[in-house]
Amino acid sequence: MTRQESSGGAYEGIADEADKAPHGSLFPQGTFRPAPGRANPLRMLATQTRMESLLTLRHPEQALLTLLIPLVLLIGMSTLEVGLVEPPRVDSVAPRILALAVMSTGFTGQAIALGFDRRYGVIKRLSATALPRWVLIAGRVLAALLVVALQTVVLGGTALVLGWQPSGTGVAAAVPILVLGTLVFGAGGVLVGGALRAETVLAVANTTWFVLLLAGGLAVPARHLPGVMNSLDEYLPSGALAEALAACLSEGTAPSARSLLVLVSWGVAAGALALRTTRLS
Amino acid sequence: MNQDADSAAVRAWGLTKRFGGHTAVAGIDLHLARGEMLALLGPNGAGKTTTVEICEGFLRPDEGQVRVLGLDPTTQGTRLRPRIGVMPQGGGAYPGVRAEEMLRLVAACCAEPLDPAWLLEVLGLDGVRTVPYKRLSGGQQQRLSLACALVGRPELVFLDEPTAGMDAHARNLVWELMSALRADGVGVLLTTHLMDEAETLADRVVIVDHGRVLARGSPEELTSGDEHRRELHFRSRPKLDLEPLLTALPEGCSAREVRPGQYLVRGHIDPQTVSTVTAWCAQHGVMADELRLGRRSLEDVFLELTGRELRA
Repeated sequence: MTRQESSGGAYEGIADEADKAPHGSLFPQGTFRPAPGRANPLRMLATQTRMESLLTLRHPEQALLTLLIPLVLLIGMSTLEVGLVEPPRVDSVAPRILALAVMSTGFTGQAIALGFDRRYGVIKRLSATALPRWVLIAGRVLAALLVVALQTVVLGGTALVLGWQPSGTGVAAAVPILVLGTLVFGAGGVLVGGALRAETVLAVANTTWFVLLLAGGLAVPARHLPGVMNSLDEYLPSGALAEALAACLSEGTAPSARSLLVLVSWGVAAGALALRTTRLS
Repeated sequence: MNQDADSAAVRAWGLTKRFGGHTAVAGIDLHLARGEMLALLGPNGAGKTTTVEICEGFLRPDEGQVRVLGLDPTTQGTRLRPRIGVMPQGGGAYPGVRAEEMLRLVAACCAEPLDPAWLLEVLGLDGVRTVPYKRLSGGQQQRLSLACALVGRPELVFLDEPTAGMDAHARNLVWELMSALRADGVGVLLTTHLMDEAETLADRVVIVDHGRVLARGSPEELTSGDEHRRELHFRSRPKLDLEPLLTALPEGCSAREVRPGQYLVRGHIDPQTVSTVTAWCAQHGVMADELRLGRRSLEDVFLELTGRELRA
């Protein structure tokens, strides 16, 4: 037994020696000669944005959240006769569904992605590279805006098929509102996703999404909600975004100062808090 | 700081870091010359990762100062980071990103990156290049993390437990790679709780425990015993009867089985002592395997300094 062990050990030693020759040639002299340096920041930003968008679009739950649910609600609310919305139903449904899409991507999607990205250490990993901090953040923001643009095209296109007739000048005015909405909800997403454990993020982000969806009057107009909830929507970011979008798209008027103020206040508050609480891992 | 700090890869004075009431690092000094490999050796919880994260700029020390390539990692991180490669403990990537995408993403940050396809191939990740990160095995995630640390051709790399979770084959490969890094003039700051990793690879070893430096020096300096207390190690069948050996050995010699099958004789070791040991082995009909004289292993040094063995 001992002799076998010892001879086995000896052979192992020989095998190790023999292995060294091919391994040695794996890394010829100079393979790792230092040549450090930073790539062009704009190219880094493009790569980072592309990667972040791709990861969102490829994620099945994100696709459900950002596209499928808004699409089903848009078609359902616009075609079913439930008596909650006066015809032409699609005209009042479409802006609210666009607000929902922005909230799904900016808030819930961003929070969950950030929560799990932190869990898997990617923020720390990327912070340790030559990637400047601003590119890391800008890449995430641009990716969220790209996804919102895609959602707007798909949902807006579907609404047009359903007979939506948005105001022509309103469409142009709606673009900055969509951008503002994405930034405001994005700040909230970073606040939730940047401080809590991934599982907690999942629970909080989904619950908040559902509450803001209902209480903000995105599914059913707020005036049909019971008790105090029928006027609460004006002070929620979801309700304010829906109101601002409806003003542009349905009525062709400027959004009310109050709706913009409510949006910006939520964004500033969430952003300021997130700056203090966000952690890399 | 001074000339020395500018020319060194890493220079740290009195680093201290507390988390709440717990002092993770309690006054650590480090010096790593450019192109050298330094191993921070210690058990889990010794303060190795905290020390490295201070050097990488992820943590700000409560006391003490650190210069990496002459720069302050917390305030000059933007200038420093393109020049270093970091392999954080436990890796780091988007959960849904494919192995190759992740490496290419990191490579896209660098001016003259190594070829990502080649790196994946030599690290044995060729077969999993389209597998999402969260579905890679622990060893594969480690190798991808190592690839990310190296792809930018850094001057200095920080490798935190680089072979943790790897099988023997992968570990040999990574050791080979670390030797190649050193040969090409890349500075390496390595943390490990593996004695042989530190002993085989590093130019200098710093033994830490409870946030303090217990000993430092080259592996040779640390392991060479003094003349009067030499040692004889060998490996054989476990649980051999040591009584006859103790009787036969000269006065002042001790013999014990430090671990099953690992024997240690201490005292005045001369040719006669060696002959006594091998004669005793012959009586038992066993071989004295890996018979080694004089040098203590780093493991012995650690045991002596801390009174305990390195935890895995």
